[in-house]
Amino acid sequence: MTITRLTHYRVQLALHQLRGGSGRALLLLHGLGEQSPSSVPAWAAGWPGPVHALDFTGHGASDMPAGGGYSAEIMLADADIALESLGVATVVGRGLGAYVALLLAGARPKSVRGAVLGDGPGLWGGPTGPTSSSVVVLEPSATTPDPYALFELSRDLRPRDYAALFARLAVEHSGLLEPITVAAVLRPPWLDAVVDEVGVAEGTIASAVAAYARA
Amino acid sequence: MTSTNFPGAETPAREYDIVTSGVRIAVHEWGDESAHPLFLVHGGMDFGRTYDEFAPRLARAGWRVITWDQRGHGDSEHAALYGWDSDIRDAIGVIGHITNEPAPVIGHSKGGALMIQLADAQPFRFSHLVNFDGLPWKRPMSDVAEHERTRMVASDIGSWLDHRRSTATAVRKAGTQEELAQRRAKMNPRLSIEWLRHLVTAGAREDADGWRWKLDPSMRFGGFGPWRPEWTTTRLPGLGMPFLGLLAGEEEPMGWGTIPAQIAKYLPEGGRLEVMHGAGHFVHIEQPDAVEKLVLEFLGASS
Repeated sequence: MTITRLTHYRVQLALHQLRGGSGRALLLLHGLGEQSPSSVPAWAAGWPGPVHALDFTGHGASDMPAGGGYSAEIMLADADIALESLGVATVVGRGLGAYVALLLAGARPKSVRGAVLGDGPGLWGGPTGPTSSSVVVLEPSATTPDPYALFELSRDLRPRDYAALFARLAVEHSGLLEPITVAAVLRPPWLDAVVDEVGVAEGTIASAVAAYARA
Repeated sequence: MTSTNFPGAETPAREYDIVTSGVRIAVHEWGDESAHPLFLVHGGMDFGRTYDEFAPRLARAGWRVITWDQRGHGDSEHAALYGWDSDIRDAIGVIGHITNEPAPVIGHSKGGALMIQLADAQPFRFSHLVNFDGLPWKRPMSDVAEHERTRMVASDIGSWLDHRRSTATAVRKAGTQEELAQRRAKMNPRLSIEWLRHLVTAGAREDADGWRWKLDPSMRFGGFGPWRPEWTTTRLPGLGMPFLGLLAGEEEPMGWGTIPAQIAKYLPEGGRLEVMHGAGHFVHIEQPDAVEKLVLEFLGASS
């Protein structure tokens, strides 16, 4: 396994190459509080190209900045910088990574050849609209994951129509009939809205990865 | 206190840094250090010393006036991440450093919107809340077709991500002090060039190749996200402290275009909303006498 360091403003991100090869990359996005796996998951064993996994800011081997300020959109920008490095990729996300995979598929529809949204920590996110405010100051941690990442990314707002918009952008601009596959069993409101969109498939991670390998 | 070249503007009496949540924040104060504290909160892309003219007025009225540069702005540290929650957390760091007693808080623009959320989350910190043209409402886009709106969002997202890809090497454009003032005039066409020249002396630094604004180059206007502007304003009705809102009567590039009818029904009990006719987004800079009078009357009448 090799690690490539990518720069997202002041943060050095760790992009792990779990397996080399040529052709389109498979990009894995971990869940909230997790880090990239150290080996290729069983469901990706048949992927014909290289397999990479990104540690989000404040997670795994990526930098942990001071003072928080996390949002799903910043995690999207992390993933986009990995995508810039890989060119075109199929993306598989767990939990928080599933939500980011959806955002990336809508934001970069020409570069994402299929996004698979799976269960994992941080899948639910925060509420769909404003709730009572709370502000906390957390003790810094010497090691990842960053406590501010755990707190802020567990309550980021995920309105149904906001999530559905990214699904529509992927469907309209990717050129794929079904650019998003929902594999998650748990269906928080945002994901429920995504599943309702035309062009969003449901299936297992293994079957979706196999299908996107041919796309 | 030192007068500067702009009439009525004074450099702060005390300036120091605090570190909160690991981020260095620059604090600026005017007035008697033993007086009751009053906090001023600046807007997005601004800095604390945009109150150089207004703060001394409140100091002369007997307040210890405190402001700070939000992370990435003015003399505060450039952070890796920026967010609404972290700005509010930094505000608690500064306010809590000065006092844990209720105090008046005045916020302009984004600073006003931030303080509505902090007042909702930690009402015990507020004796009064004053908002200078910082009551966001959704922009009027009802005449744009749905498919057109989607395309606009797609272009916003792509542009923002392209910007994030370039931030590692981003630097603000250097120029002469006069060029910086003229550049800012494009965003603040209603403000006098003399005032904008003054802002350059506080908000810009001189590098080997010229002057540049201190603002973190990763910051820019625009962006996207799930938060809807009106969600901030819908926190207003529940606020228990006396509230005064001043809305700009004139639209301009940095203004939010909020109209009184959108806000009126959300005012908290006893809350007051004044429209500053003939003034743009920076109501306290365009009409300082009128704004000072309104604020001091409000603070006096409510205490």
